[in-house]
Amino acid sequence: MIEFLNSIQNSLIYKNFFLVLSGLDNTILLLLISLPLGFVLALLFALGRVSKITLLSRTIASYIFIIRGTPLLVQIYLIYFGLGSVKFIRESFLWYALKEPFWCGVIALTINTVAYGAEIFRGGIQSIEKSQVESGLSLGFGKFLLLRKIILPIAIRKVLPSYGNELILMVKATSLVSLTTYMEMTGIARKIMAKTFAPVEAFIAAGILYLFLNFLMVQFVKYLEWKYNPHLRLSN
Amino acid sequence: MFKFDKLVFGDAGWGDEFLIATLMTLLVSILSMGLGLFLAIITVWAKIIQNRITRFIANFYTTVIRGVPELLVIYLIFFGGNAVVMSIAKVFGYNKYIELNALTIATIAIAVISATYSSEVLRASYLAISKGQIEAARALGMNKFSIFFKVISPQVIRHALPGIGNVWQITLKDTSLISVTGLVEIMRQSRISSNVEHSPLTFLITAAILYLCLTTISGRVFKTLEVNYSKGFST
Repeated sequence: MIEFLNSIQNSLIYKNFFLVLSGLDNTILLLLISLPLGFVLALLFALGRVSKITLLSRTIASYIFIIRGTPLLVQIYLIYFGLGSVKFIRESFLWYALKEPFWCGVIALTINTVAYGAEIFRGGIQSIEKSQVESGLSLGFGKFLLLRKIILPIAIRKVLPSYGNELILMVKATSLVSLTTYMEMTGIARKIMAKTFAPVEAFIAAGILYLFLNFLMVQFVKYLEWKYNPHLRLSN
Repeated sequence: MFKFDKLVFGDAGWGDEFLIATLMTLLVSILSMGLGLFLAIITVWAKIIQNRITRFIANFYTTVIRGVPELLVIYLIFFGGNAVVMSIAKVFGYNKYIELNALTIATIAIAVISATYSSEVLRASYLAISKGQIEAARALGMNKFSIFFKVISPQVIRHALPGIGNVWQITLKDTSLISVTGLVEIMRQSRISSNVEHSPLTFLITAAILYLCLTTISGRVFKTLEVNYSKGFST
């Protein structure tokens, strides 16, 4: 029995697991900044997208079109390699953020998720029945109150499942930041691979951790759905 | 900062290289989309026949691949694929070193990812066919083969086209990750060019524009196909 346990402890996958685990905090750090920021900006962009100001709506529409039409990798590289090559950016205060792969990653991930999120929220906002808005208006709600009390709660509740999908895609997207030398889980797995020449063990260890992270994300979204859809709960 | 004059065709610029790279991206996308659809059909089949083992394997496959970053899957297949192929070859008594070429690896890797998305789309559209149709076909004495090709497939295609269009866009964008394996597609080409010319902004913007063109044009193609396949069904 003890021999068996020892053999597990000496196995490469066990050792790799803890090595990769040390990159988990970097992955989570990326998510902790870009997801909340992306959520707030996506809501604002969605409101701009449905607004009656044509210029604003058109600008946001083309932003969404460009971001959704190009791979995330291009966006990350554009920010990390592209902006870094411009002289006046290197001399400006922006360089304090853009010289760090971490902040480049955060910026790229946020830009990306805002485009997808805005489109999801737009769907939610546009699917609200007119009667709901009208009843709010007839109660004398102002524009802001209408937004805060009726439009946003219903819209967010409706799009929770598809926004949950986007959140999981974001968890997976953080792995691309490893290509800008940022050492999160995929980056560490890549380094282990280069050292030990044992690719399968290294990447399976990382894969298990990503699965776990996504599992947590799914549970979180499920909880939110349960919390914000009290009318759909079974009687209790 | 910008060196767009370096994008001319011929030896002085990178125009022709980018053209070939774009074709490579398209080739990888089409091949892996096709292979992915094939894998997806098998996965759906494994899920809908009443067999616990096949269903478990299929569910495990789709859950794991969709829960793990695409980059990780590509790394795993790129670095681990050779070892797997060699160990299979060893069983058949072939002991020499085998190396799969980059295109094969890329196609398999992207197909494995794209198949999981396609399988969900296909499964949903299969379930959307009412059971009465299959029963009616059976009552007419059609065998399994003709039920599949004459009743199920045409309807699945119609239901699935919008979803498959989305999967195509995802697949097209996922091919950019293949650049880590050294296959020269748009992304790799833009890195090579920007390293030579010391102007990443130019070539990355070129790459972005090329991807944008590809996604927009193929989006149009799928729109046309959707219109064609839903003739007689007003939407």
